[in-house]
Amino acid sequence: MNQLYIFLALFLLLNLAVGLVRVFRGPTSADRMLSAQLFGTTGVTILLLLAQGLANPMLRDIALVFVLLSILAVAAFVKRIKPETGGEADEP
Amino acid sequence: MSLRDVLSFIFLLAGIFFFLAGTLGVLRFPDVYGRLHALTKADNLGLGLTVIGLMMQAGSWLEVLKLLLIWILVLLASATASFLIARTALRSGIPPWRP
Repeated sequence: MNQLYIFLALFLLLNLAVGLVRVFRGPTSADRMLSAQLFGTTGVTILLLLAQGLANPMLRDIALVFVLLSILAVAAFVKRIKPETGGEADEP
Repeated sequence: MSLRDVLSFIFLLAGIFFFLAGTLGVLRFPDVYGRLHALTKADNLGLGLTVIGLMMQAGSWLEVLKLLLIWILVLLASATASFLIARTALRSGIPPWRP
């Protein structure tokens, strides 16, 4: 059963590598930022699978940190992309 | 191999399938909004199914609660992130795709 977790984690890693094509090709910067979200979700799943497969519960804590980092990356991107509007000035 | 292992295996495989579908959507959809829709929904469902599969193998209730906590945090975070990306894309003038 333990090899199954490692195999699934490897498959997800492959999935992530294929997703990188979008970073390379994506016409807009939003497309490239989208892959940060892909990395967040898939990375968390890989870490959870590895925590089970390697019997190392510490990896679950790393997964929690991963979630926070991915949302922070997106928040920083959103703040950076349009400096001229000044953030919340054009809130409906 | 007990019934619990078989059920867990099925949930794990279903979760991985949704991850594959999400990546396929990211590569194939025509604009950023479609890609965002495919990625966010499919990946969060895949993570949820994987978490359910892992919960069945967990040793204690504390582990189950922690996995549930991670899933809920990912749901909140990626829903917020996808809205932020979509709004930024719309404001910076990327038109939604029309067939």
